[in-house]
Amino acid sequence: MGLTGLEIFKQLPKTNTGDCGFPTCLAFAMALSAGKTSLDKCPHVSEEAKEVLGAAAAPPIKLVKVGTGEYAVEMGEETELFRHDKRFYHPAAIAVLIKDTEDVAACVAAFNELEFERVGMHYVTDLVALQCASGDAAKFKAAAETVAANTNKPCLLICQDAAVMAAAATAVAAKKPLLYAATNENYEEMTALAQKLACPLAVKGNGLADLSELVEKITKLGHKELVLDSGNRETAQVVADLTQIRRLAVRKRFRPFGYPAMAFTTKEDSLAEITQAGVYLAKYAGLIVLHANKKAELLPLLSWRQNLFTDPQKPIQVEAKAVAIGDVTPDSPVYITTNFSLTYYIVESEVEASKVPAYILPVNTGGVSVLTAWAAGKLTGDSINKALKENELEVKVNHKTLVLPGYVAVLSGNTEEVSGWKVLIGPREASGISKFAKEKFAR
Amino acid sequence: MAFRALKEKYRSKVGEVVLGATKEQGGTRGYTITVGGESALPFLHFEGEIPNRPVVALEVRDVAPVDWHACFSRYYGDVFADPVAWAKKCVEEFAADLIVLRLEGADPDGKDASPEDCAKVVQNVLAAVECPLVVFGCGKPEKDNKVLPAVAEAAVGENLLIGVAEQENYKSLTAACMVHKHNIIAQSPIDINICKQLNILITEMNLPANRIVIDPTIAAVGYGLEYGYSIMERARNGALQGDSMLAMPMIGNVGYEVWRIKEANSSIEDFPGWGEQEPRGILWEATTAGALLQAGMNIVVMRHPKAAALVKENISELMQKTELEN
Repeated sequence: MGLTGLEIFKQLPKTNTGDCGFPTCLAFAMALSAGKTSLDKCPHVSEEAKEVLGAAAAPPIKLVKVGTGEYAVEMGEETELFRHDKRFYHPAAIAVLIKDTEDVAACVAAFNELEFERVGMHYVTDLVALQCASGDAAKFKAAAETVAANTNKPCLLICQDAAVMAAAATAVAAKKPLLYAATNENYEEMTALAQKLACPLAVKGNGLADLSELVEKITKLGHKELVLDSGNRETAQVVADLTQIRRLAVRKRFRPFGYPAMAFTTKEDSLAEITQAGVYLAKYAGLIVLHANKKAELLPLLSWRQNLFTDPQKPIQVEAKAVAIGDVTPDSPVYITTNFSLTYYIVESEVEASKVPAYILPVNTGGVSVLTAWAAGKLTGDSINKALKENELEVKVNHKTLVLPGYVAVLSGNTEEVSGWKVLIGPREASGISKFAKEKFAR
Repeated sequence: MAFRALKEKYRSKVGEVVLGATKEQGGTRGYTITVGGESALPFLHFEGEIPNRPVVALEVRDVAPVDWHACFSRYYGDVFADPVAWAKKCVEEFAADLIVLRLEGADPDGKDASPEDCAKVVQNVLAAVECPLVVFGCGKPEKDNKVLPAVAEAAVGENLLIGVAEQENYKSLTAACMVHKHNIIAQSPIDINICKQLNILITEMNLPANRIVIDPTIAAVGYGLEYGYSIMERARNGALQGDSMLAMPMIGNVGYEVWRIKEANSSIEDFPGWGEQEPRGILWEATTAGALLQAGMNIVVMRHPKAAALVKENISELMQKTELEN
């Protein structure tokens, strides 16, 4: 439902002052229509035009922030239904549920451990979801304070009694928690509370039609920092609801659904729960609340999230820098590969598994794989030689033998000629590295 | 602004492929399995029919695997050396919908089993279980071109699903599937154009489109799953929009891909930050499968029985009919 450049142009002052950085109002209008600039760059636009254009120019899904500082979680601003069209922006936030009747400090300490190093990246779980299971305002407030004191990550407060919520939310308001949730019964009090504390508010409907009406009531009260929950919990229904929310927001600019959506898992068994959460991740949840709190359970889910939110138009690259795997010595072998991250990490994983310490030298091929790079003339004797020199491999090791991927054995003559290094033809597939290393290099 | 559900109208649907044949149909299977047929994106019951649920296969080998993680011994250790007992266990104890038999023993660098011996194993497994059977070769085209036609001939009438055909090597398997009436797996290397091209080549040899299953090549979570995921999503969207050469059901070798990566196999001692190995591996497999099911996969090939059970549970929940208010 975006406006065309001409439709936008009609609303502009047409004075061509150039104050927006564009030579003419028409050029500015065209850029606005393409989403390349924002309306606030024009200091002369009328209030009336702002209203008309603002609604049309706003992203289909509003950006909502929970928490403060470095660990603040951002959700929303998504523009797509399929990642192959254009990337998904804000990785779904994962919240781990803690009840105020548990040992909250211990649970938060365990939550803080849920961070991972994998393939050179750092994965984290994002929020604590603190549930009021006690029904006791003082207890819930104390638990919220314990959470706030023990983690820098933001918090989601779960309680539908507005009075009980008020005590806890007020105590930790400075950390900008997400308040869950406004319902048909309590929305006036909850909205007032969220507005007073300037906190984002989750809205729990009773199905999608009810949710849309409730959102409109709340936005009429003036609060627009919202996260949506259809209220349904059966897996298939949640998938249907999340899909409708995203579709209506993106395709129809249906304003009541122009906010990030959230999902709760329902499984007791944490393995089944992660499987369910993986589905909600694929299907548009901006925030997923779950119980699972073991590393072995969260790592697969967070790795899937990392995959899903990569930019499909940009090959992911690693730095084209020699990496030492294991306790390398000057005798360690040198493996050549490319800096396409998928290729690199598969090679890394296999070299690691071979238990033979080695250097991996990812040649800068602009992030494409071995065969593609060879075909494009980006993996050549020259580029390999350049990488060897830049990384001072002749200083790092006391031999001059490198391992070339089997698929590009054809490069060996040229490589030996240009670099003066001897070439050993490695396996075609990375999966052969372990066997190869044991045969050639094990002592 | 009142809520009105946005339902897509698709021009077409995914083709159905029938696997297996009962006695009346010229085979010996106790039942057949139909995959495909959906006229909506995965599990979106509100805008189309999803007549057949995705099915879960477990992987069996003709020779005892040497490189499988020790955690599998608990489930398959007693049957590793016997593909017949292994297949029976997968069906009876682990509730596999169907069996994938991978003929690793044919590998010239391994046991180098003869095409006749391979065909015999297939016949023995067919005699032991009543579910439909999927047969993969050893992955070396020269050898598979001898083994798979022998298998096709020995199992004539059973309506197997046999793989794989590739762009550079599809003719002998296509011919064998034509003559002996089986279905074929058309494998393309994470490339939708080759995927489509291969389907065209196979159908030009007169094997009907409803005897082809697409294997777009998938990877495990963390190893480029998103590439296969997007190919599946694009192929499925293409199918629904009327591209008949993308409108085949899809298969994914999830277990095979997941259990070769270190995240599934490494011990907690080697990677203390990653937690216990077995639940990590199980979830790696289940998460990979669960993701691809959302992209349109119809046949999930699993390895760990617990991961298979998780995925079956997930599928049965997703197959529950959903309603939208309007």
